[in-house]
Amino acid sequence: MSNQPVLQIENLRVSFRVHDAYYAAVDGVSLNVHKNEVLAVVGESGCGKSALALSIMGLHPPAKTKLEGKILFHGTDLLSLSVHELNKIRGKDIGMIFQDPLTALNPLMTVGRQIEEGMDFHLSLSSLEKRGRTIELLERVGIPNPNQVYHRYPHELSGGMRQRIVIAMAIACHPSLIIADEPTTALDVTIQSQIMDLLRELQQQMNTGIVLITHDLGVVAEMADRVAVMYAGEIVEMADVYTLFDRPLHPYTRSLLQSIPSAQHPKERLHVIQGIVPPLQKLPRTGCRFRSRIGWIDESEHEEQPILREVEPGHFVRCICYKNFHFPHDHIGDMKYGIS
Amino acid sequence: MLKFILRRIMMMIPQLLILSILVFALAKAMPGDALTGQLAQSPKMDANTLMEMREKLGLNDPVHIQYVRWVKNLLHGDLGLSYIHQQPVTDLLSGRLANTLLLSACVLLLTYLIAIPLGLVSGRWQDSWADKLIVGYSYVSFATPLFIFALVMLFVFGFKLGWFPTGGSVDIQVEKGTLDYYINKFYHLLLPALSGALIGTVGIIQYLRSEIIDTKVKDFVKTARAKGIPESKIYSHHILRNSFLPIAAFLGYEITGLIGGSIFLESIYSYPGLGQLFLQSIMQRDYSVVTALVMISGLATLIGTLLSDIILSAVDPRIRIE
Repeated sequence: MSNQPVLQIENLRVSFRVHDAYYAAVDGVSLNVHKNEVLAVVGESGCGKSALALSIMGLHPPAKTKLEGKILFHGTDLLSLSVHELNKIRGKDIGMIFQDPLTALNPLMTVGRQIEEGMDFHLSLSSLEKRGRTIELLERVGIPNPNQVYHRYPHELSGGMRQRIVIAMAIACHPSLIIADEPTTALDVTIQSQIMDLLRELQQQMNTGIVLITHDLGVVAEMADRVAVMYAGEIVEMADVYTLFDRPLHPYTRSLLQSIPSAQHPKERLHVIQGIVPPLQKLPRTGCRFRSRIGWIDESEHEEQPILREVEPGHFVRCICYKNFHFPHDHIGDMKYGIS
Repeated sequence: MLKFILRRIMMMIPQLLILSILVFALAKAMPGDALTGQLAQSPKMDANTLMEMREKLGLNDPVHIQYVRWVKNLLHGDLGLSYIHQQPVTDLLSGRLANTLLLSACVLLLTYLIAIPLGLVSGRWQDSWADKLIVGYSYVSFATPLFIFALVMLFVFGFKLGWFPTGGSVDIQVEKGTLDYYINKFYHLLLPALSGALIGTVGIIQYLRSEIIDTKVKDFVKTARAKGIPESKIYSHHILRNSFLPIAAFLGYEITGLIGGSIFLESIYSYPGLGQLFLQSIMQRDYSVVTALVMISGLATLIGTLLSDIILSAVDPRIRIE
């Protein structure tokens, strides 16, 4: 693993215009992704993780979005590039895998053409070479009869097949970074694990860095090297995957982990995080943003200006409320987590 | 594809059958019969002769026999006799049909030539001043009645400025078949066609505009952007083709509508076409001509929908029947 990160996000703020004001959906996020590393970004719907993914690709409508901070890709700030310059990078050095394979493909274009299309602009290949490469890609993402599927339209393929096509499109020009925005959300469970297996296999072959956006902690455990937990536009906890599952600190991370049904205790009532992620306009902008959803914790337990602190090497947590956090039905002190 | 078209044409047979029954029933339900018109011209005819003629023409036969005879004649291209014009309906229609088709085709072509670029600009640069101007134009044109607009056009460009002829489909003195003849014919066509096209664009402009606005935020467009494809190519390869689908479906109905719309255009520009004849024949109760024209416009509707189905299946792989 080289020390120079592939992707370096510094203090990124993504704000959307609603009527006349801008509201930040991603608020001061900093993170790194190295070569050959899978960074998972987890959180509930509406926590800003997809907004983060789309801003790396420059896919937000420019008229309604404000982007601040830096997104350095191999040292180049993507936010400072023109669309024309960005087009030379996205699709070539950065590939994106989308959430819903049913809508991510153009219904009027054969899948072969859609995979080739990116090559038209990034690689100088003859049409025969492009075709050969596309069929090779189809084979690589596990499509049977690639020669026939090349001429198929998206509606003729199943959801899992289409997601494989989307993946083939993302890796068509050998990117050094892949952004996967909930790649398995729209698929059923058996297909999900096949797609995850495929992604991991490809990642190991190509040594790419992956930003994996997901809300599925099972996928995180299976795939990720490092995890960033996002809540209300901020990273609340970041650590390598073993540390995070072993010693989760932030109340939000712990609540998420508590909400996973367990096969060992099938009768146990599942933990539910109270409330919902507040809508963009009503997002708390000061103090610990998670405090309203853990109302039983005393206000004095939170920091006024919570910052992301390194509590052990490589393990960052926001706010000090984790120190005395407990679930409502636990006895205070019984479940004291923490290092300090 | 060929199979699909054949199957689609086969579907037209029962449609045509039902259409013919309807048209026949309507004709029967009209007050008077084929002789009423003739009667008006020779009021001295006595009741006995009338009875004889009715018997001779088979008007006293049972309805189903009359229907079968009518359809048989129809299939042989015999549409009956016009009692006002005293000539076979087929002869009456043949020259006018060509004129109407020519005018309709010109109106349609001009409509699309005007509407498609405007719709594209309007949808792509939504909310720009150009978009507002185009939408403004389309609303004004929508609110303008054709018969008033055509009159104004005729008055301004035909009479006041004298740029265009004010009536007819061709000047008498030009020799048929020469290049001059065709140029002259086109010259007569231009003003009515332009009048029809200029205020017939609203449907296409609005459809195309809203389709583009819908399509450009779709996921597959995001996918295309993520591939690093330049914006102009994203429009030509991804957004436009998907946005044209409803326009293609619309085309069939446009064809049908044009025959109705031509009634005004042809009457105002005294252009010898089917629309003008239709209006005259209704006024004069020229029953066999009206029946033939209703049948023709019914047929045009069927052909229109056939065309939109064929076009749609050509551009949209999802509805192709294997």
